[in-house]
Amino acid sequence: MTDAAVQAPNTATAAPEAMAWDRGARRVVFIYVPLACFVFILLFPFYWMVVTTFKPNAELYNYKAYNPFWIVEPTFDHIRRLLFQTAYPRWLMTTMTVAIGATFLSLFASVLAAYAIQRLRFKGSEYVGLAIYLGYLVPPSILFIPLATMVFKLGLFDTPLALILVYPTFLVPFCTWLLIGYFKSIPYELEECALIDGATRLQILRQITLPLAVPGLISAGIFSFTLSWNEFIYALAFIQSGERKTVPVAILTELISGDVYQWGALMAGALLGSLPVAIFYSFFVDYYVSSLSGAVKE
Amino acid sequence: MTATIDVAHAWVRQPQQSWLVRLFDYKPFLVAICMLPACGLLLVFLTYPLGLGIWLAFTDTTIGRDGRWVGLENFEYLLEDRLFWQAVFYSVFYTSVATVAKFALGLWLALLLNNHLPFKNLLRAVILMPWIVPTVLSAIAFWWIYDPQFSIISYLLVDVLGLRDTYIDFLGSAWPARWSLVAANVWRGIPFVAISLLAGLQTISPTLYEAALIDGATGWQRFRFITFPLLLPILAIVMTFSIIFTFSDFQLVYAITRGGPVNSTHLMATLAFQRGIPGGNLGEGAAIAVSMIPFLVFATLFSYFALARRKWQQGEAND
Repeated sequence: MTDAAVQAPNTATAAPEAMAWDRGARRVVFIYVPLACFVFILLFPFYWMVVTTFKPNAELYNYKAYNPFWIVEPTFDHIRRLLFQTAYPRWLMTTMTVAIGATFLSLFASVLAAYAIQRLRFKGSEYVGLAIYLGYLVPPSILFIPLATMVFKLGLFDTPLALILVYPTFLVPFCTWLLIGYFKSIPYELEECALIDGATRLQILRQITLPLAVPGLISAGIFSFTLSWNEFIYALAFIQSGERKTVPVAILTELISGDVYQWGALMAGALLGSLPVAIFYSFFVDYYVSSLSGAVKE
Repeated sequence: MTATIDVAHAWVRQPQQSWLVRLFDYKPFLVAICMLPACGLLLVFLTYPLGLGIWLAFTDTTIGRDGRWVGLENFEYLLEDRLFWQAVFYSVFYTSVATVAKFALGLWLALLLNNHLPFKNLLRAVILMPWIVPTVLSAIAFWWIYDPQFSIISYLLVDVLGLRDTYIDFLGSAWPARWSLVAANVWRGIPFVAISLLAGLQTISPTLYEAALIDGATGWQRFRFITFPLLLPILAIVMTFSIIFTFSDFQLVYAITRGGPVNSTHLMATLAFQRGIPGGNLGEGAAIAVSMIPFLVFATLFSYFALARRKWQQGEAND
């Protein structure tokens, strides 16, 4: 860059378009090429998943005769097998129930907690907020053994309810923190006006604060939903019977039978299991990115 | 004067308010009610199990039988267990290598994305994909990519590029399996790091770069003296998170190797699971899980204070 700048006065009159080309080339080499590599590597496993899902077995296991990067005769066999010969629809329903249940439970708890911490401002509210946030730093792999004994004693073993109750342990800290940030951005004057007009605190929460915090609620909801959908270790430890498993656990434990892996069906399962989150995410991607960056900035 | 106050009072007090409504407008009661669901859930399902886990580590509980207090017996047993030390070693190795790689590549990607690009939003959305999709499911894709016979990477290296003669046995022996798992973890972690750091980069005022340009700073100097120091606070937070969740990772290893070959890729979390749930020795599993806590606390303190030091020395208030 500096060399080019130094030489520029001599050559500028001769060939300005060469300079422009030079800058363009630098841009391609230093930005677009690495970026393309990143995107390629980050997306390749998904491409591979899709290709494997739609390949007939004959092509899948014969790299000599068929180019593995492409499908000659796409087939729906693997997907059909997954949908009609396994309990996949059941798993999907269970996962959906658990994710939605856990999301609503955590949103309910977090909205109230965030409102109390940010707006009611009792003594020591900052410390309570910090304590809740610290809960997020406790990884599930430390908690699953004691939780398994608790779940067993409560008689919730092997029920989706156990998961709905346990998932808020990592959802509530995150959502509360996200919503505290959101409530902070709502002008306090609006609530003061309502207080002067004689509204009760709960009326203010329901009719003024919550409608204004809808984007925050959506972000928290999406995060909770994807996190519960992706959760693995609790679902693996608390659910025993095959038909009550969640999608990630079931695909890993139920689809693998014997020594020969059905890669086509496995990939179909992985693809269909990822699809709901991916679709859900694509609708709300802006909320997702902004809350991710917002939460980090806090 | 008194008359107006009386009038105001009369207007504010609404006679139809029942005691219930007034109770819900009483602040201490309202605070208690609002905090109840969140605190209740967290105390019952987070704080209590944390304590219970520590207690279980000192007992010989197995599935279906309450344990007796055995003191440090579990830990004494683990101290002599070669497998446990192997898991400790691999957890530390996995975390450090993966974190360094994730942050180096993630920072690079964030810097690339911070340029003016066409379709920037689409690009950002696409890049986050590995982080959105359930880890286990992308891990299965990696398992297939690492297949000894039909690995696409081997195919590329051997049949297309001709760089090797034999297919790579990714998961068949200890070190290749360890590196393969690290690579999968880095793949999954890059988007989170990149998008978080990108958010940090966007808060840096462009005027600083203009001033540096006028002073004749090179690209590296601009990065070293402007971008990096201003990014440190966010870097510290993201790194704390990343270290904690990499160290306590479970899904990826469980899905791809389940600790194999010959237990060489066990992380502490997978070992705790194996001993605790299928093995039935809840006490011993809890002891392994509890031994993760000092590492996590140390890693958190280290990354937080080592990296956030500047901000902390300058005495800036937390924002």
